[in-house]
Amino acid sequence: MSKRVALEASHAVAEAVKMSDVDVISAYPITPQTHIPERLAEMVANGELQANYIPVESEHSALSACLGSVAVGARSFTTTASQGLELMHEVVYCGASMRFPMVMVVCNRSLSAPISVWGDHSDVMSCRDTGWIQVFCENSQEAFDLTVWGYRVAEDLKVMIPVMVNLDGFTLSHVTEPMFLPEQSEVDKFLPVFNYPYALNPDKPMTHGGLGQPDIYTEAKVAQEIALRKSKSVIIQGWKEFGDIFGRHYSPVEQYRAEDAKTLLLTMGSYSETAKVMIDERRARGESVGLISLRLWRPFPYEEFRKAVSGAETLIVFDRSISFGMGGPVFSEAKSALYSEASRPKVVGIIGGLGGRDMAVKDFEYVLDRGKEIAEQGSDRMIEVVGVRGEMIKA
Amino acid sequence: MVDKKLKSAYDFTWKNMEVGNIVTEPGNASARRTGDWRSDRPILDKNECIKCGFCWLYCPDAAVKQIDDGYFEIDMYYCKGCGICASVCPKKAITMVEEVEE
Repeated sequence: MSKRVALEASHAVAEAVKMSDVDVISAYPITPQTHIPERLAEMVANGELQANYIPVESEHSALSACLGSVAVGARSFTTTASQGLELMHEVVYCGASMRFPMVMVVCNRSLSAPISVWGDHSDVMSCRDTGWIQVFCENSQEAFDLTVWGYRVAEDLKVMIPVMVNLDGFTLSHVTEPMFLPEQSEVDKFLPVFNYPYALNPDKPMTHGGLGQPDIYTEAKVAQEIALRKSKSVIIQGWKEFGDIFGRHYSPVEQYRAEDAKTLLLTMGSYSETAKVMIDERRARGESVGLISLRLWRPFPYEEFRKAVSGAETLIVFDRSISFGMGGPVFSEAKSALYSEASRPKVVGIIGGLGGRDMAVKDFEYVLDRGKEIAEQGSDRMIEVVGVRGEMIKA
Repeated sequence: MVDKKLKSAYDFTWKNMEVGNIVTEPGNASARRTGDWRSDRPILDKNECIKCGFCWLYCPDAAVKQIDDGYFEIDMYYCKGCGICASVCPKKAITMVEEVEE
């Protein structure tokens, strides 16, 4: 029987790591992720969690230590944010390419410069191409659920791909919310013991991370890409079984009052909940608006996304980062996912919430109204950004 | 002796590769024809050879073998043509000649 508790999202993640019976934790503290490794270190120190906590000198080492521990068959966890994820970057690729199943929680934060410890999605967007399964959370409950679920999916023998769980820095990581904490027995029922078939063992030597010459590299990369795309069925099955046990249901593209909506707003992460308040207000006034949020970011849920927007006239994509020289990355991907469709909504991109800039309900009202305006009349602005000071120049 | 019939890279497709490209058979590098990188080929003159074994000792890839009569032979399946054997031979019995396509 689950018990209802109030937990900060960071502590909810720590509880999930504990209940997933993780063997190795290696993390380097960085704002706004600090409360996760802090709580885990406490759990290991006071004997609540039987695991090895490896203190490391950097994020590069934190993830490297985890990959080493997965290689011997230990369930492993790390967590980081922002510059830490950037310092980790080359190892992030290695984890996915070497198919090491593990979970990393990223408390999404902006990137320097200027130095900003506050939230946006710049850090995770720089990891779009790394080959990890990537999901987004909206609240403490989801942070807990997706961490436990992450191990289940990553370790599935048909998958063997690490999972990155994204939660917004501060606006989620530091927020205390009511949530249901399940019984250990329920988690054990959902998450079997980690049995890594390629564990390093002196009795049966093998090589991880060998050289791939031009005669084999192409095949290796195609195998990796196909494995990531095919992981979607296990991802969905994992959510189904999670729902059967815990009663909470997740899907690659979450929909909120979206079924019959003429105008759809697309968001990712915790700001979706603020946007939903705006949607409710507009619905009360009789407007045909709804919201979809991408729970699953990689592999990109093409099929589910196309289906979710198929009835809409306008899709307004809200981005929390800039792909410099191009604009909003989610906007660009959403638009390209619809290009080959015979009938598709007009797709508009608006950027906001950079470096911790608040997005209140009224700001999402602006996103919706401006988005509809652009869909009808077009825009001659170089870039559409919520609340930016200074008159915008033409493209 | 090495089984030279083990799989070459070209026997692999994206479908039959090990997860994460893990090498599950230890020591299988011996099945790889590393000799095809060679641009210079060592030629050993038996008339000059004194069987000192320097070439065998110095070869970084263990491509030099001693045969029954005590002389040495270079295995072109592995020899990368580095020229160390020619360089260390005290009798200058090994010369490096350019590989040409036949």
